[in-house]
Amino acid sequence: MDYASQLAMTLPEVILAVGSIVLMLVAAWGGPASTKAVSWAAVAVLAGALIALVGPATSGGEAFGGLYRADGFAGFAKVLIFIAAAVAIVMAPDFFARTAGDNLRPEYPVLILLSAAGMGMMVSAADLLTLYVGLELQSLSAYVLASFMRQDARSAEAGLKYFVLGALASGILLYGISLVYGFTGSTMFNEIAGAYAATPLTGDAKSYGLLFGLVFVFAGLAFKMSAVPFHMWTPDVYEGAPTPVTAFFASAPKVASVALGVRVAVEAMGPAEGQWRQIVIFAALASILLGAVAAIGQQNIKRLLAYSSINNVGFALIGLAAGTPEGVASVLNYMAIYIAMTLGSFLVVLQMRDHEGQPVETIASLSGLSRTRPGLAAALAIFMFSLAGIPPLFGFYAKFEVFYAAVQAGLFPLAVFGIAFSVIGAYYYLRVIKTMYFDEPVAEFGRGYALEGGLIAVAAVIVSPLGYLAIPLLSGWTLAAARALF
Amino acid sequence: MNGFPILSVMLAVPAIAAVACLFLSAQTARMTALAATLVNLALGVVLWLNFDVGGAQWQFVENAPLFGRFGWALGIDGYALLLIALSVFLMPICIGASWHAIEKRVPEYMSAFLFTEVLMIGTFAAQDIFLFYIFFEAGLIPMFLIIGIWGGANRIYASYKFFLYTLLGSLLMFIAMLYMSITANTTSIPVLMAYDFPAHVQTWLWLAFFASFAVKMPMWPVHTWLPDAHVQAPTAGSVILAGVLLKLGGYGFLRFSLPMFPEASAQLTPLIFGLSAVAVIYTSLVALVQADMKKLIAYSSVAHMAIVTIGLFAFNAQGIEGAMMVMLGHGLVSGALFLCVGVIYDRLHTREIARYGGLAINMPRYALFFLLFTMASIGLPGTSNFVGEILSLMGAYQVSTWTALLCTTGIILGAAYMLYLYRRVVFGEIKSDEVRAMSDLSGRELWLLAPIAAVVLWMGVYPESFLAPMRKDTQVLLARINRAQPAGDSKPTRGTGIIPSADAEPAHDNPASGEAH
Repeated sequence: MDYASQLAMTLPEVILAVGSIVLMLVAAWGGPASTKAVSWAAVAVLAGALIALVGPATSGGEAFGGLYRADGFAGFAKVLIFIAAAVAIVMAPDFFARTAGDNLRPEYPVLILLSAAGMGMMVSAADLLTLYVGLELQSLSAYVLASFMRQDARSAEAGLKYFVLGALASGILLYGISLVYGFTGSTMFNEIAGAYAATPLTGDAKSYGLLFGLVFVFAGLAFKMSAVPFHMWTPDVYEGAPTPVTAFFASAPKVASVALGVRVAVEAMGPAEGQWRQIVIFAALASILLGAVAAIGQQNIKRLLAYSSINNVGFALIGLAAGTPEGVASVLNYMAIYIAMTLGSFLVVLQMRDHEGQPVETIASLSGLSRTRPGLAAALAIFMFSLAGIPPLFGFYAKFEVFYAAVQAGLFPLAVFGIAFSVIGAYYYLRVIKTMYFDEPVAEFGRGYALEGGLIAVAAVIVSPLGYLAIPLLSGWTLAAARALF
Repeated sequence: MNGFPILSVMLAVPAIAAVACLFLSAQTARMTALAATLVNLALGVVLWLNFDVGGAQWQFVENAPLFGRFGWALGIDGYALLLIALSVFLMPICIGASWHAIEKRVPEYMSAFLFTEVLMIGTFAAQDIFLFYIFFEAGLIPMFLIIGIWGGANRIYASYKFFLYTLLGSLLMFIAMLYMSITANTTSIPVLMAYDFPAHVQTWLWLAFFASFAVKMPMWPVHTWLPDAHVQAPTAGSVILAGVLLKLGGYGFLRFSLPMFPEASAQLTPLIFGLSAVAVIYTSLVALVQADMKKLIAYSSVAHMAIVTIGLFAFNAQGIEGAMMVMLGHGLVSGALFLCVGVIYDRLHTREIARYGGLAINMPRYALFFLLFTMASIGLPGTSNFVGEILSLMGAYQVSTWTALLCTTGIILGAAYMLYLYRRVVFGEIKSDEVRAMSDLSGRELWLLAPIAAVVLWMGVYPESFLAPMRKDTQVLLARINRAQPAGDSKPTRGTGIIPSADAEPAHDNPASGEAH
C-alpha cells in the first residue's frame, strides 16, 4: 500500500494535526487579539476533518502496518467527537468574556483540536501503542484545559487532580498493556485476540498473566470513561473546570473512551468475552447505582451533571455487556443521543449567570426558572426527562436499544437491576424540574446569547419526540458501524 | 372510513393545540383548549358512528413502520373505542372546570391537559407494544406537572410519589415487553395476543405486567399514591386521574395480561381475588372515616377498581363486560363527584367535610346533582354503576363464591360512606354564614355536570348501547382464554327461566360464555 493512500485514510487526524500546529503559530504571533479568528478557524478545521471522513477514512482499511484502522465504527465515533469539540469551541467565548481576568486565549481552540486529534487516534487504534499515544494526546490536552482559568483556585485544583489521577490511570493501563504484550507477544489487536482464543483461561500461569492484563487494561479504560469504581475524579474535575471545558469533558472524550473500550473488548479481547463481561456488568451496575445515589445530595448543578454522566456511562456499558453487534450498535446509539442531551444541559448551565454576568452553579438558583425564562426551563426539563429515560423523549430510545441488546443476549438480571436503579436516578432529575417548575422564582438570570440559545433549541429538538423520526437513519448507521468490528 | 387516518388526526389535534397554547395569552389558551377538545369530541362521535359493531376486530387500522424496531401502528377494538369515547367526553369538561379555578400559568396548564389527552388516546389506540409503552409512560410527565404546579399545599410530595411509584412498576413491564418482542419476533399487539408463551415464562411476564397495572389500577396494597395525588391535584386533574388514568390499569389487564398469558392469569387469579377482596373491605372502611371529601372519593375509587379486577379475572362474559361497564361508569361518576367537590371548594376553599352542612337549603340544584352521583356511586339500579357491578359480581360468583360475597359487602359499605358524606354536606342546618353565602350552580357548572348526569342515566337505563360494541371482542377474548378457565366453586344449574347472561339476545352463539364449567 502506498504512502499516499495511507495518509488518505488518516486524513481527519492529519487535518486536525496540521490545523492545530498552524493555528498555534497564528496564536503565538497574533496574541490574545487573534482569539476570535483562531476559534472560528478551529471550527472550520473540525468541519474539514468531518468532511474528510467521507471516503477512505471510513473505508474499512488498515494503515501503517495495522496500527490504524479506518472503519465505519471509528467514523461514527469521530462524527460525534468532532461535532462535540466544535460545540465546545463555539460555546466558550461568552463564558470567558465575563470571567474576571481569565480571558479566553487562542490556546483554547488549539488544545481542543489537539485533543480531538488524540481522540481520533483512540477510536481508530488497532494496536495497543496507537491506543496509548492517542489517549495521552487527548489527556494531556484535557489536563491543561481543566486548569484553563489560571486565577481560579478551583480550576487549578481540577487540573491538578485530573492530572495526578489521570497519570495513575495511565500507569495502570500501561501495566496492563505490558502484561498483555508479555503474555501474547504482540500489541496488535488481532494478534492479541488470536492469543486469547488459543489460550484457555483456566488457571495455569499463562492464563493468569492474560487475565491480569485484561483486568488492568479495563481498569485503565474505566478510569477514562469514569465508570465506577474509577470515577472519583469526575465530580471534582467537572465542578472545578470552566463550564465549556466541562461540557467538552462530558461529551467528546466520553464518546472516545467508550468507543475505545468497545473496540478493545470486541477486537482485541473478543475471545475472552466471558471474562470481561463480568467486569463490564459490575462497572455498569455500579455506575448506574452510584451515579444515581450520590447525585441525590448534590447542590451544584455541575456536580449533579457529573454524576449523571457516570450514571449514563453505566447504561452505555449495558450494551457492551451484551457483546453482540446489536449491543455495540446500541452503545453507539446511546452515545449519539447522550451527546445531544449532555451538551444541551451544559449549554443551559452556561446561561445561568446573575445580572453582573457572574456564573451561578447552585441548583437552588434555578428556582422558578419556568416563570422567569420559560423557554430555557422547558429546554432543561426536556433534557432532564430525557436523561432520566422517560418516554416520549429521545433518551428513552437510547435506553430502549441497550436494554433490547441486553435482553436479546439473555442478560435478564442485568436488565432488571439496571432498570430498577434507573428509578433512583429519575428522582434527582425530577428534583431539577421540581426546582424550576414548582418553586417560587428567585433572582432572574441575566440575558443569554442568541448563539447559545440557538444551540439549545437544536439540542432540544433532537431530544424531543421529533427525534424518533431519525431512528431508521440512526439505527442503520450504528448497525453498519458495529458490524465493522465483528 | 375509507382510509382517513382518524386516529392520527385525533392525536394531532390536541398535540398541535398543546404546542400552540404555550405561545398564547391566558384567555386565548382557554379558548384554544376548549375548541381542540370539542373538535376531538366531535371526532370521537364520528369514530363511534363509523365503528362497525360486530365487524372486524380491529378497525381504523393505521400502520407506518417509522421507528426501526417498532412502528406507528394504531387501531381500535370495542374496548378501546369505549375508553377513547370516555376520554374525549371528559376532556372538554375538565377544561371547563378549570376555566376560573386556574388563574396562574394558564397556557402551560391547558397545554399539559391537551398533552394528557394525546397520551390517553394514544395508549388506547396503540397497536404496537412499544408505542403503547411510550404513550402509557409519557402520561406521567404532564400529570407530574399538573399535580406539582397547580396542586394543593403538599403537592410536591404527592407529585414525586405519583411519579416514582408508577415509574418503578412500569419499568419491569418494559423488560417483559422486550423479552416478548424478541421471543415472538414481533411488536404487534394483535399478533402477540395470539402468541403462546410457555407456561412458566407466562408467570414471570404476567408478574412483570402486574407490577405496572396493579400500581396504575391501583390495587391494594400499592394504592397509597392515589389518595395523595387526588387530594393535592386540582379539580380537573382529579377528574382526569379518576376518570381515565385509572382505567389504564384495567385496560392493560384486558389487553395484555389476559389474552397474552391465559395460563398465568388463571394460575394467579387467587392473588387478584384476594387482593381485591381486601381492597374492597379495607378501603371502604378507610373511606368511612375520612374528613377530607377528595380523600373519601379517592378511597372509594380503590374499592370500585377492585370490583373491576374481580370481574376481569372471572373468565366469563359477565365478568369481563361488567368490569368494562364499571370502568366506564366509575370514570363518569367519580369524575362527576370530583367536580361536585370542586364546585364547593371554589366557593369556600376547603375540602373538610365538617365545614359544610345544609347545602340543600341554599344550593338545591347542586344538591340534586350531587344526590344523583352519590346514588350512582352506590350502584343504585337505573344508574351506570349498577349495571357494571351486578355483572361483575355475577361473573365473579361463578368462579369464587367467597370473593363475590366479600366484594358485595363493598356495595353496602359504599352506601354507608357515600350516604354519610351526603348527609353531612348537604342535609342538616347551615353551619355558618360562609356556607349561607354560597351561591347555587352557575350556568357553566350546570353545563359541566348535566352531560355527565345524562350519560350516567343512559348507561343505567339502556346499557345495550355500551355493551354492543364490546360484545364481539369479549367473545374473541373468551375463545382465547377459555382453555385456561379456572374451575369455579359455585354450581349454577341451568334454570327454567332466564339464563343469566350479559347478552340481551336470547340466541347465543357461544354457549360456553354464559355458564361456568
